[in-house]
Formats: sequence, structure tokens, C-alpha cells
Amino acid sequence: MNQTWVQLAYLAAALCFVLALKGLSSPKYARRGNLIGALGAFIAVVVTLVAEDFDHMPAILVAIGLGTLFGVPAARRVQMTAMPQLVALFNGVGGGAAAIVALVEFLSAGDEAGWESLTASVFTVLIGSGSFSGSVITFLKLQGLMTSRPVVFPGMQVLLPLVAVASVGLAIAVMVTTSIPMIYALMAMSLLLGVLFVLPVGGADVPIVISMLNAATGVAVAASGFVLDNVLLLIAGTLVGASGTLLTLLMAKAMGRPIGSTLFGALSGESTLGGGQASDRPVKSLGPSDVAVMLAYAERVVIVPGYGLAVAQAQGALKELVDLLGERGVEVSYGIHPVAGRMPGHMNVLLAEANVPYEQLKEMDEVNPELPSTDVALVVGANDVVNPAARNPGTPISGMPIINVDQAQSVVFLKRSMRPGFAGIENELLFDPKTQLLFGDAKDTLSQTVTALKSL
Amino acid sequence: MDGVALLTIFVLSIFVGFEVVSKVSTILHTPLMSGANAIHGVILVGAIIVTGHADTNAELWLGLAAVVLATVNMVGGFVVTDRMLQMFRPRQSPAKGPGA
Repeated sequence: MNQTWVQLAYLAAALCFVLALKGLSSPKYARRGNLIGALGAFIAVVVTLVAEDFDHMPAILVAIGLGTLFGVPAARRVQMTAMPQLVALFNGVGGGAAAIVALVEFLSAGDEAGWESLTASVFTVLIGSGSFSGSVITFLKLQGLMTSRPVVFPGMQVLLPLVAVASVGLAIAVMVTTSIPMIYALMAMSLLLGVLFVLPVGGADVPIVISMLNAATGVAVAASGFVLDNVLLLIAGTLVGASGTLLTLLMAKAMGRPIGSTLFGALSGESTLGGGQASDRPVKSLGPSDVAVMLAYAERVVIVPGYGLAVAQAQGALKELVDLLGERGVEVSYGIHPVAGRMPGHMNVLLAEANVPYEQLKEMDEVNPELPSTDVALVVGANDVVNPAARNPGTPISGMPIINVDQAQSVVFLKRSMRPGFAGIENELLFDPKTQLLFGDAKDTLSQTVTALKSL
Repeated sequence: MDGVALLTIFVLSIFVGFEVVSKVSTILHTPLMSGANAIHGVILVGAIIVTGHADTNAELWLGLAAVVLATVNMVGGFVVTDRMLQMFRPRQSPAKGPGA
């Protein structure tokens, strides 16, 4: 195929990626945006396959088939609640692929590579490998295969900078010597760096790290564009790197957490870590029928859903309750914290799955002024996002804006147990005189409340 | 292509990348991240190129591993993003669903 045509096809693909990101930023065109992105990727791959007379063509096609066989079922079958870790995993394998591409190019070019290409190669290997191992650790944390709490061991403050410096040193050594064992050593060191980087990040901050690693993979792909002299890789990688960086900052802002303390807070001992233990202080608990009465005779109710709702798969039961209340003339809205669930926007995805109309979903800034005139705030499986401890200094969530349910006339928590939230700190609001708790699986307790409401 | 041309494209792409997502609402943070994640799966193009030029067995097997990983990233990424966004479909008849 003529090189000019290949470049023009790459231009079309790059344009598709820009339109995809643009579309994904607006609710109306988001789905179309994603499809345009997929179209761009399809064009890019097909054109690449036919552009040159490649060796090993059957093996390449089998490998693509194999990847599709892994990726599509995983994406189709994943539970809504498990999506963040799947995105982390997909991001990790992308970073790994970029690192390997640069490695292979390094192996085949030998000492003939120019310094620009060499620089880009070692950079891609460093960032790509780090993104891979970091993403795997975030996957393990979110999947519950390892603790979600910050992991810090003695000497880590020294080890992390040491490994970082060693990685950069090895990268320079590779450029000078073009030694093959050296680049494998660089790869191993970068993998270690990714692990050490993510280990001290705890609980609620993990989503921000996923976004950052996503941007990092984008940067690695862009660098691989320099290695292979490929404009499309350069543009696509840079687009993702830049938009991912901005998205990371937006997320950190939504959580009210400076990016530095998100990443290194646990290392510098800046955040006091909660015990993660269930408290045995006395609380007021009540039954489903009591909740039904409270809600039925309220004028205004605000529902604050959290990750517990998602885990219990109780979206449907919650919507049924809200519909019943609506019929009775109770004014009900959902107060959605920007980081409710495990990722910004996660809760909106879950509620949309249950066909909750957009109009009932209110963002934090919209719902907070209404809370003082709200009769009942119903907190379903959320904890950290309504924890007034965020207003005090010295906690892992300090500075994070919260939904002010403590200003409502009364508060009802639907909780499984007294265990603290993802951030691992106790919620004083649970012990407040105006707070009552309904213990149990959210789906069960909501269904029981619905039944009780119907018989009123 | 020469270094300066690549650098020009790089710098302009940074600005485009910032600009297109600057007004995203928090609702769409997760799908946007997931969609951007799928886009960097285009590293598959690089994986195909290095594998197609592989001369040794080591290069071939490493390249094929990269092709598999990149495909998982790209294909899985677009599918999971579409699944998320399927739920954002605007409803034509508001508030008068069968349950209401």
C-alpha cells in the first residue's frame, strides 16, 4: 500500500480519537464518541495489517484473535461493581504491550539505533513497565485480593526514591552501552518501581491512581511513536496522556485531595490511619416498618447511595421505594457524591442501570443547600462521603467535600455492620441522637421497607 | 519523519488532549477514563509492526505477547466503555415509565 495512503488513513484514525474524547465528555454524544473511537482503532489496525508485506502474518492474526477472546468476554461479563478494577487491568496490559514493543525494537535495532530512538525506547520501557505493575497492584486492591489499606513497611521512604534513581540510572546505562541484559534489568527495576509507587496508596485514593496510570500508559504509547517513527501512536498516546492528566487533576479536585498527599500521604505519615475495626459504642437501630413510616410522612427525602448499594445490587429495590414515595407525593432526590462508589461517576452508572431518571440525580453542590430543609436523609451503603470527620484536619479524608446529611432533620443509615468505610475511619454521625440505623443487606432491608410502605 | 515534525505534532496533541476533555462533568469521569484507556490500546499498531519485522525467535514471541496484550486493552476497553454508556441512553418519555 502506498505510504501516502497509509498516512492519510492514520490521520483519519487520529481524527476519530479526537472526536471520541470530545464525544465522551458530553452525556448526549458519549456513546457515539466511544463508537467513533472504536472505528478509528479498527481503521488503524486494518491499514497497518495491509500496509506492508509483514512476516509471521498468520501468527499475528492468531494473537489478535486470542486477545479478543480474552478481552470481550471479560468486558461483557464483568459486574458493574467490578468495572474499576477491569479498567485498571486493561490499562496495565496496554502499558505492558508498550514496554514490550519498545524492547523488541531495541533488540532488533541493536547499536544502529540513533540516540533519539534509544531515549524514547528506554523511556517507554520504564513508564510502560511501571504502569503495568502499578495497575496490577490496583487491580488486586480493588478486587479484594490484597488489602485496600495503605501498605507501608519500614525503610520504604528510602527504598522508593532509591528504586526511582536506580531506574533512571539503568535507563542511562542502557543508552550508553546498548547492552541487552541491561534493558532487562531496567524492565525489572521499573516493575518494582510501579509496585512500590502504588502500595502506599490507600482505599479511596485508588481511583485517582488508576486515572494517573492511564495517563502514564498514554505517555508510554506516545514515546513508542517516537521509537517506531509512527505518527498515529504519537498522537493517540499524547491525547490520552494529556486528557488523562487533566482528568486525574479533576478527580483529585472532586475529592478535595491534593495530588501529592494522595500519592505520598501514607509514606510521609501525613494521614492518621483509622483502626478499621467495628465499633461497639451504642447506636439507635430501627426496623424496616419504622423507616417506611418515617419516609411516608416526610415532605422531602434525600437519598445518598454508596458502594454498599452497589455491592448488594439493591439499585432496583431502591428505585421501587423511590417510585412508591413519589406516588405518595414525597419529594425525593438522590444526592450523588462525585466519588460515591469506587470511581467518580460510578454511582451514576449504577443508578442508570436501574433506570433511575436523570432529573432525580443531583450533584453534591446542588443537593447540599437543600439538606437543612430535608426531613429524612437516607444513606444507603455510603459512609466516607457523608462523614463529618472530613471537616476536621488529620484524617485520611480531611478536606474532601461531603454531602451534609448531618444538617437534615433526621438521618437513617442502611448498613451491613458497624465496620467503617473504605477510608477506614469511624463516622461520628452514626452516634448522633438524630441518627438511626437499619442493619442488614441493603437489598433485603429496602425490599422489606417497600413491603411495609405498601401496607401503610 | 524528522524529529522536529514529530515534536510539533506532540506539542499540538497535548493541547488538543487538554482542550477536548476540559468541560467533562463528573458523571462521565469513569466512562471517559475507560474510553481513553481503550484508545491507548492502539499500541496494537506498534505491536503488529515490530512482530512483522521480527528476525529472531525472542523478538517474535515477545512481539506476539504484545499483540495479545494490546488487543485485550483495545477491544476489551471499547466494549466495557460501551456497556457503561448503554445505561446513559436518554429516555424519550420522561417520568412516565411503566413503574411510575
